[in-house]
Amino acid sequence: MANSNVLAQIDEQVKKNKIIIYMKGTPSFPMCGFSAATVEVLDSYDVPYESVNVLEDPAIREGIKRYSNWPTIPQVYINGELVGGCDIVREMHANGELEPLIRAAISS
Amino acid sequence: MPSGVEPITAVEIQALISNAIPDAQIQVRDFTGGGDHYEAVVVSAAFAGKTKVARHRMVYSALQEAMEQRIHALALTTLTPEERGQVEEQTPGLVNIQVRKT
Repeated sequence: MANSNVLAQIDEQVKKNKIIIYMKGTPSFPMCGFSAATVEVLDSYDVPYESVNVLEDPAIREGIKRYSNWPTIPQVYINGELVGGCDIVREMHANGELEPLIRAAISS
Repeated sequence: MPSGVEPITAVEIQALISNAIPDAQIQVRDFTGGGDHYEAVVVSAAFAGKTKVARHRMVYSALQEAMEQRIHALALTTLTPEERGQVEEQTPGLVNIQVRKT
Protein backbone atom coordinates (compact mmCIF):
# COMPACT_ATOMS: atom_id res chain seq x y z
CA MET A 1 0.00 0.00 0.00
CA ALA A 2 1.29 3.43 -0.91
CA ASN A 3 0.50 4.80 2.55
CA SER A 4 2.52 2.28 4.50
CA ASN A 5 5.37 2.57 1.98
CA VAL A 6 5.65 6.28 2.70
CA LEU A 7 5.57 5.73 6.44
CA ALA A 8 8.26 3.04 6.13
CA GLN A 9 10.35 5.39 3.98
CA ILE A 10 10.03 8.17 6.56
CA ASP A 11 10.83 5.78 9.39
CA GLU A 12 14.03 4.74 7.62
CA GLN A 13 15.08 8.37 7.05
CA VAL A 14 14.36 9.34 10.65
CA LYS A 15 16.29 6.39 12.09
CA LYS A 16 19.22 6.61 9.66
CA ASN A 17 20.01 10.27 10.33
CA LYS A 18 21.15 11.64 13.69
CA ILE A 19 19.52 14.97 12.90
CA ILE A 20 16.91 15.42 10.18
CA ILE A 21 14.49 18.23 9.40
CA TYR A 22 11.34 17.94 7.29
CA MET A 23 10.80 21.41 5.90
CA LYS A 24 9.34 23.52 3.13
CA GLY A 25 12.18 24.30 0.77
CA THR A 26 15.84 23.61 1.46
CA PRO A 27 18.24 24.95 4.12
CA SER A 28 19.71 27.29 1.45
CA PHE A 29 16.31 28.28 0.08
CA PRO A 30 13.61 27.87 2.72
CA MET A 31 10.11 28.45 1.32
CA CYS A 32 8.40 29.27 4.62
CA GLY A 33 9.28 31.54 7.52
CA PHE A 34 8.88 28.79 10.10
CA SER A 35 11.20 26.45 8.20
CA ALA A 36 13.70 29.30 7.75
CA ALA A 37 13.72 30.10 11.46
CA THR A 38 14.24 26.45 12.38
CA VAL A 39 17.09 26.00 9.90
CA GLU A 40 18.70 29.13 11.32
CA VAL A 41 18.76 27.49 14.76
CA LEU A 42 20.25 24.23 13.40
CA ASP A 43 22.86 26.10 11.37
CA SER A 44 24.00 28.00 14.47
CA TYR A 45 25.45 24.73 15.86
CA ASP A 46 27.56 24.15 12.76
CA VAL A 47 26.84 20.41 12.68
CA PRO A 48 25.80 18.23 9.74
CA TYR A 49 22.11 17.43 9.38
CA GLU A 50 19.85 15.94 6.76
CA SER A 51 16.87 17.80 5.29
CA VAL A 52 13.82 16.71 3.32
CA ASN A 53 11.92 19.22 1.21
CA VAL A 54 8.27 18.19 1.64
CA LEU A 55 7.22 20.49 -1.21
CA GLU A 56 8.91 18.08 -3.62
CA ASP A 57 6.87 15.08 -2.47
CA PRO A 58 3.18 15.40 -1.57
CA ALA A 59 3.16 11.84 -0.15
CA ILE A 60 5.91 12.75 2.34
CA ARG A 61 4.26 16.07 3.08
CA GLU A 62 1.10 14.30 4.25
CA GLY A 63 2.88 11.19 5.52
CA ILE A 64 5.15 13.03 7.95
CA LYS A 65 2.11 14.45 9.72
CA ARG A 66 0.67 10.97 10.22
CA TYR A 67 4.03 9.41 11.08
CA SER A 68 4.47 11.65 14.10
CA ASN A 69 0.86 12.58 14.80
CA TRP A 70 2.04 16.17 14.43
CA PRO A 71 0.06 18.46 12.12
CA THR A 72 2.68 21.06 11.20
CA ILE A 73 5.91 21.42 9.24
CA PRO A 74 8.84 21.88 9.93
CA GLN A 75 9.58 18.87 12.15
CA VAL A 76 13.01 18.16 13.63
CA TYR A 77 14.05 14.65 14.67
CA ILE A 78 17.17 13.92 16.72
CA ASN A 79 18.24 10.29 17.19
CA GLY A 80 14.90 9.09 15.85
CA GLU A 81 12.76 11.20 18.20
CA LEU A 82 10.56 14.14 17.27
CA VAL A 83 12.05 17.12 19.12
CA GLY A 84 9.44 19.55 17.88
CA GLY A 85 8.51 22.15 15.35
CA CYS A 86 9.65 25.74 15.03
CA ASP A 87 8.34 26.98 18.41
CA ILE A 88 9.80 24.16 20.50
CA VAL A 89 13.15 24.12 18.69
CA ARG A 90 13.55 27.88 19.10
CA GLU A 91 12.50 27.73 22.74
CA MET A 92 14.96 24.87 23.49
CA HIS A 93 17.69 26.79 21.65
CA ALA A 94 17.03 29.86 23.75
CA ASN A 95 16.94 28.04 27.11
CA GLY A 96 19.98 25.85 26.40
CA GLU A 97 18.19 22.49 26.21
CA LEU A 98 18.88 21.93 22.53
CA GLU A 99 22.68 22.11 22.46
CA PRO A 100 23.39 19.04 24.67
CA LEU A 101 20.85 17.05 22.66
CA ILE A 102 22.57 17.97 19.39
CA ARG A 103 26.10 17.43 20.72
CA ALA A 104 25.14 14.02 22.17
CA ALA A 105 23.54 12.94 18.89
CA ILE A 106 26.55 14.00 16.80
CA SER A 107 29.04 12.23 19.05
CA SER A 108 26.91 9.06 19.33
CA MET B 1 -6.36 28.31 1.96
CA PRO B 2 -8.52 25.86 -0.05
CA SER B 3 -11.59 27.46 -1.57
CA GLY B 4 -14.87 26.83 0.20
CA VAL B 5 -13.20 26.59 3.61
CA GLU B 6 -14.34 29.21 6.10
CA PRO B 7 -11.49 31.08 7.82
CA ILE B 8 -11.32 30.39 11.53
CA THR B 9 -11.48 33.16 14.14
CA ALA B 10 -9.38 33.64 17.25
CA VAL B 11 -12.52 33.15 19.32
CA GLU B 12 -13.16 29.74 17.72
CA ILE B 13 -9.58 28.63 18.33
CA GLN B 14 -9.86 29.71 21.94
CA ALA B 15 -13.16 27.80 22.36
CA LEU B 16 -11.76 24.57 20.87
CA ILE B 17 -8.72 24.64 23.16
CA SER B 18 -10.90 25.54 26.12
CA ASN B 19 -13.18 22.54 25.47
CA ALA B 20 -10.25 20.14 25.52
CA ILE B 21 -8.28 21.78 28.37
CA PRO B 22 -10.94 23.31 30.62
CA ASP B 23 -8.61 25.00 33.13
CA ALA B 24 -6.51 26.67 30.42
CA GLN B 25 -5.94 30.41 30.25
CA ILE B 26 -5.70 31.13 26.56
CA GLN B 27 -4.65 34.13 24.55
CA VAL B 28 -5.01 33.88 20.79
CA ARG B 29 -3.75 36.60 18.48
CA ASP B 30 -4.18 36.86 14.72
CA PHE B 31 -0.74 38.21 13.92
CA THR B 32 -1.28 39.08 10.31
CA GLY B 33 -4.93 40.05 10.55
CA GLY B 34 -5.62 37.66 7.66
CA GLY B 35 -7.37 34.95 9.66
CA ASP B 36 -4.86 32.19 8.97
CA HIS B 37 -1.68 32.98 10.92
CA TYR B 38 -2.29 32.76 14.64
CA GLU B 39 -0.26 32.91 17.79
CA ALA B 40 -1.55 31.22 20.96
CA VAL B 41 -0.28 31.19 24.53
CA VAL B 42 -1.89 28.45 26.61
CA VAL B 43 -1.35 28.26 30.38
CA SER B 44 -2.62 25.13 32.15
CA ALA B 45 -1.77 22.96 35.14
CA ALA B 46 -2.51 19.99 32.87
CA PHE B 47 0.89 20.57 31.19
CA ALA B 48 2.83 19.80 34.39
CA GLY B 49 5.28 16.91 33.99
CA LYS B 50 4.70 16.71 30.24
CA THR B 51 7.26 17.30 27.49
CA LYS B 52 6.83 20.19 25.09
CA VAL B 53 5.95 17.72 22.34
CA ALA B 54 3.22 16.15 24.51
CA ARG B 55 1.87 19.61 25.42
CA HIS B 56 1.72 20.75 21.82
CA ARG B 57 0.02 17.48 20.84
CA MET B 58 -2.70 18.19 23.44
CA VAL B 59 -3.40 21.55 21.85
CA TYR B 60 -3.13 20.25 18.28
CA SER B 61 -5.54 17.40 19.02
CA ALA B 62 -8.05 19.92 20.40
CA LEU B 63 -7.82 21.73 17.07
CA GLN B 64 -7.56 18.62 14.89
CA GLU B 65 -10.06 19.30 12.13
CA ALA B 66 -9.27 23.01 12.14
CA MET B 67 -5.51 22.36 11.98
CA GLU B 68 -5.98 20.21 8.89
CA GLN B 69 -8.21 22.58 6.96
CA ARG B 70 -8.49 26.04 8.35
CA ILE B 71 -5.32 27.08 10.15
CA HIS B 72 -2.25 27.71 8.05
CA ALA B 73 0.06 28.55 10.92
CA LEU B 74 -0.20 28.54 14.70
CA ALA B 75 2.75 29.67 16.79
CA LEU B 76 2.26 27.96 20.13
CA THR B 77 3.60 28.59 23.62
CA THR B 78 2.55 26.13 26.33
CA LEU B 79 3.24 26.92 29.99
CA THR B 80 2.19 25.69 33.41
CA PRO B 81 1.04 28.43 35.83
CA GLU B 82 4.41 28.10 37.66
CA GLU B 83 6.39 28.48 34.43
CA ARG B 84 4.35 31.50 33.51
CA GLY B 85 5.31 33.04 36.83
CA GLN B 86 8.99 32.33 36.13
CA VAL B 87 8.80 33.82 32.66
CA GLU B 88 7.21 36.94 34.11
CA GLU B 89 10.02 37.25 36.68
CA GLN B 90 12.81 36.71 34.16
CA THR B 91 11.36 38.81 31.37
CA PRO B 92 8.91 41.29 32.84
CA GLY B 93 6.27 42.29 30.36
CA LEU B 94 6.78 39.38 27.97
CA VAL B 95 3.81 37.31 29.04
CA ASN B 96 1.76 40.36 29.92
CA ILE B 97 1.95 41.40 26.29
CA GLN B 98 0.95 37.96 25.07
CA VAL B 99 -1.53 36.90 27.74
CA ARG B 100 -3.90 39.70 28.50
CA LYS B 101 -6.20 39.36 31.45
CA THR B 102 -9.48 37.88 30.30
